[in-house]
Amino acid sequence: MSTHDPGPAEGAVELRGIVKRFPGIVANDNVDFSVARGEVHALLGENGAGKTTLMSILSGAYRPDAGTVSVGGRTMSFRSPKQAIEAGIGMVHQHFRLVQPLSVAENVLLGAPSTFRLAGNATEDRVAELAEAYGIRVNPSAKIWQLSVGEQQRVEILKALFREASVLILDEPTAVLTPQEATHLFSIMRRIASEDRAVIFISHKLDEVMAVADRVTVLRAGRGVATLTIGESDKANLARLMVGREVMFRVARSDHDAGAPRLTVKGLIATGDLGLPALRDVTLEVRAGEILGVAGVAGNGQRELTEVIAGLRPAISGTVAIGGRDLSASTPAERISAGLGYVPEDRLGTGLIPSLGCIDNVMLKRTDEFARGFFINKQAAEAATSELVDRFDVKTSSLHSPVSLMSGGNIQKLLLARELSAGPGALVVAQPTAGLDVGATEAIRRLLLEQRDAGVAVLLVSEDLDELLSLCDRIAVMYEGKVMGVVGAAGADREQIGLMMAGTASDPA
Amino acid sequence: MSATTAALRPRLVKRLLPSRATRLAVRIGAVAAAFVAAALFLLLAGNPIGPVFSALWSGSFGSAYGQAQTILAAIPLVFTSLAVAIAFRMLLWNIGAEGQFYFGAFGAAAVAYAWPEWPGPLLLTAMVLGGMLGGALWALVPGALRAYLGVNEIVPTLLLNYVAILWVDYLVNTAWRDPESLGFPLGVPFSAQATLPQLGDTAVHAGAIIAVIAALVIAVILRKTIWGYKIKVIGENRRAARYAGFSITRNIVGVMLLSGALAGVGGMVEVSGTVHRIQADISPGFGYTGIIVATLARFSPLLILPVALLFGALITGGVELQTIGLPSDIVLMLQGTILFFALAGELLVHYRIEWRRQAQTGSEGEPGAAGRAHPGAMPSGT
Amino acid sequence: MSADLFLTVFVAGVAAGTVFLFAAVGEIITERAGVLNLGLEGMMLVGAVTGFLVNHQFRQLWLGVLAAVVAGGALGLLHALLVVSFRTNQVVTGLTLVIFAGGLSGYAGESVVGVAPPATFEPVAIPLLSAIPVLGRVFFRQNPLVYLSYGLVVATWFWLFKTRPGLNLRSVGESPETADAVGISVTRTRYAAVVAGGGFAGLAGAYLSLAQSPSWVPNMTAGRGWIAIALVIFATWSPVRAVFGAYVFGCVEALGFRLQAVGVDIPSFFVSMLPYLFTIVVLVVISRDTARRRLAAPASLGNAYVREER
Repeated sequence: MSTHDPGPAEGAVELRGIVKRFPGIVANDNVDFSVARGEVHALLGENGAGKTTLMSILSGAYRPDAGTVSVGGRTMSFRSPKQAIEAGIGMVHQHFRLVQPLSVAENVLLGAPSTFRLAGNATEDRVAELAEAYGIRVNPSAKIWQLSVGEQQRVEILKALFREASVLILDEPTAVLTPQEATHLFSIMRRIASEDRAVIFISHKLDEVMAVADRVTVLRAGRGVATLTIGESDKANLARLMVGREVMFRVARSDHDAGAPRLTVKGLIATGDLGLPALRDVTLEVRAGEILGVAGVAGNGQRELTEVIAGLRPAISGTVAIGGRDLSASTPAERISAGLGYVPEDRLGTGLIPSLGCIDNVMLKRTDEFARGFFINKQAAEAATSELVDRFDVKTSSLHSPVSLMSGGNIQKLLLARELSAGPGALVVAQPTAGLDVGATEAIRRLLLEQRDAGVAVLLVSEDLDELLSLCDRIAVMYEGKVMGVVGAAGADREQIGLMMAGTASDPA
Repeated sequence: MSATTAALRPRLVKRLLPSRATRLAVRIGAVAAAFVAAALFLLLAGNPIGPVFSALWSGSFGSAYGQAQTILAAIPLVFTSLAVAIAFRMLLWNIGAEGQFYFGAFGAAAVAYAWPEWPGPLLLTAMVLGGMLGGALWALVPGALRAYLGVNEIVPTLLLNYVAILWVDYLVNTAWRDPESLGFPLGVPFSAQATLPQLGDTAVHAGAIIAVIAALVIAVILRKTIWGYKIKVIGENRRAARYAGFSITRNIVGVMLLSGALAGVGGMVEVSGTVHRIQADISPGFGYTGIIVATLARFSPLLILPVALLFGALITGGVELQTIGLPSDIVLMLQGTILFFALAGELLVHYRIEWRRQAQTGSEGEPGAAGRAHPGAMPSGT
Repeated sequence: MSADLFLTVFVAGVAAGTVFLFAAVGEIITERAGVLNLGLEGMMLVGAVTGFLVNHQFRQLWLGVLAAVVAGGALGLLHALLVVSFRTNQVVTGLTLVIFAGGLSGYAGESVVGVAPPATFEPVAIPLLSAIPVLGRVFFRQNPLVYLSYGLVVATWFWLFKTRPGLNLRSVGESPETADAVGISVTRTRYAAVVAGGGFAGLAGAYLSLAQSPSWVPNMTAGRGWIAIALVIFATWSPVRAVFGAYVFGCVEALGFRLQAVGVDIPSFFVSMLPYLFTIVVLVVISRDTARRRLAAPASLGNAYVREER
């Protein structure tokens, strides 16, 4: 059994013939995947291509239905994440596995072998030392809930390094970072790889893959389609492999002048779930017929902003108005009837109720319309629903079966269909395409542009800077509950927006 | 060394859409399993199981008297179960049906003692309203605390049960005490007009009809009305309900009032139809048993009717147990056990158990199989 | 005279508060692991009857206490089996446990209702400490189980916050997926926490039937388990703050009866209502501080943990 053979081809990880089925779908269909020590290997694919499933098998969270996993030349059959950790696999999930009320050091230490009594300071010193060695900036005695999303990610990486992971998996790590933070992360990744470890980088962003990876494996619809070195690939080539056809990167956007201000918020101050300040004096103005984007790293007040506008979160001070009508003291119901449409980030859980069918979900916002006295007018509700499902091309087996059984794209189409069917004057949309495949993403973006062209004021919150740049007329950047500035999207500078996302103010455009 | 073992291991596989037939089978199986478990327990505790089950049977369904008693016990249970069901549907844990039942009895008795000479139909209607009002007010306290101050309702609803029982206890020991009660905590007997009529020449009173009507009304509210839809949505997902503009506070207060009123009618029907006066200990835990009945009936108003009948039989059968020298507490254990099995069986409704023979390879495998990238791959170390 | 009244209320308050303290500390352990145990009242009843029966049979007070702990732990095991392994609803399961245990205790204790116990826990003055003015009389002339409660509070605090198993337990309650991912067994931790909580509840029951009011009467806990659950929220899941809360509730219980004893004319029914109403008032008062409680409450409390299907 080999411990360390010099040579470039030594396998850190070898997955062969991996098959993983979930009810209704085959997530991985006979996938081969191998990673060598010392390389950054990108796993590229659309949302739903099976990247996370494949890595969950490698990290011991799922067991494959067929196929073999070997690490460092030894065949493994992980029965738990712990066994994978012991074999040297470290995974940083998209949703961090951190205990919020505990400190950084306690989180890093959690589950690692140590003494019965907790040794407070000694642990913190060890964690600080390790962080320094990799150029990771984080305070070991800080509690997790006090940290920004980027800092929390660094704690996750520290956790893996502390356990001496020889293979580090990062699942869509840049989604929560500013462009500058992403660059910093890439340097950490290179540093880890340079220590003869392997780094696996899950992404669907071509630029990032080109920037950091040595090799790239492309997954499409659960199958491995190719493994290439970065030298022999280019963006267009990778995009074609990823989607299976030629892709347009830009959605066509007509030029036209925006109208009068339709949705205005002034001086909004509000707190987040833990009672800490989340919005500090936010003022924005969305005109009829424009899309105003809100950029920012997750957790900088965007969610609270949409909730305050919708009336779901009380504002401490400030005003919300639609079409000049002050709605600051209005209930959510009154705002809906004043013409506010809202597509929340949490589609299944806030926007729609997963266990109910299409009809009940369409009724959600149109209860009064389908009332006959105290009773429900079931025929009317069913007719309206089937009309919407046809018009917006929502694919579902039955109008009565739970919407949770539908695909992500169809779920979002149904939600948007219901919001648009009310003929809103202003539309607040949060993360509309997160997690959707290319086809659904295009359909959703087209619908949003149609609304803009029809004169609706659209406030679009997104963490995807490319999405904002291609859809918006203007982009506001939020940082720690403040608007750092508003820039015109045409000819906007990514670097400048990135700096604003990290807290550098700019002159309003 | 490569250690390969083939072990038969259970594996839970989620069902996408649980079928109605599975649900029913699991519930009936739970009742049967609970009886078997109870039999085993009694056997181990050195009790004769034959006489126990024959007493349970003859005391409930096995005799004309028993059948009437079973229905009489089922009537208040229907009301407390409906009260629990409508609240639990909205994930509002009203476990205060017991206290609301007592306050309903108190409200009805107050009317009966205030206007004993009113004609029967008028007085009985007023007593039903008094019972509803008493129960609703008692539920309003924790309901309003929950809706407006965010105080979780579980502990307040439960603690108010004790307060309500003490309150009725106080009244039947003081102001409403029957001078002929010989020191027992009994209220003055109701006038003839304040007593619910019997159905034909049976021992069953008109409360049975009110109970069936109440179940039908609640079923219609839940299935056919906008309010029922809102209750369903709030119960499924509170965030979505807020998002849709439904007022959570107003619906919490509304549902608590309805829930309390239902339990209150139960109290009215019990004192007016069965006890014919107010007294301490009017309920052998109808409010708590209602939780079990409602849960077993999956909070469906119409299913509550047969399940309440089964539990009415258990309660009256428990009384019969005392005649053979065993405590009726056995019945409480049986009730609990039935629900334990039903709750545990829920796992079978949502998951299938697959027994699989899985070859488990030890972590020491064969080296050499790895190391070579698959065709087309070009390793490139940096 | 009134100073003396207060002193007797405090002495009786500590004695009456200890039953809340045992139950609340157990519930804190359980809830810190993310499991809600509403069956406390029933577990206490079973503990009370078990302790009483064993003492009655063997004339061994401490054997009675031990048996009560085991009985409470056994019910904890049942709760854990249902809510952890079968993923049943924690609220409904806890309520059912109360009904079941109420029946079980009534059935088991039928022959000893109203029987005088052969031995009871009596106050023992601790040398030196009991001589401290006021405090000595309040805290150090109590029965041995009260002294046991002092030790258990300190031990629980140390275990939860200063040891590795305690850190693991808190992590399971906050974020079971995180704990699972680093190899801490969520199932095993939760079973242990629920069984331990049940043992504490059994101890609380034994305290009631062997020390506080030595006897067995069906449903003698009279809602104390529910008050202990409210106490856990009041104490923001800290065993140390639970001490303070337990004695406040104990004093409220003691106060009414002392007032009656000195001739204040309140019907006993209203005196009995006092602890229930006081508890509700306390819940209302602390409800104003939502942010602090939200931070303190274990984040996964009440939710079954289902590791993703694999």
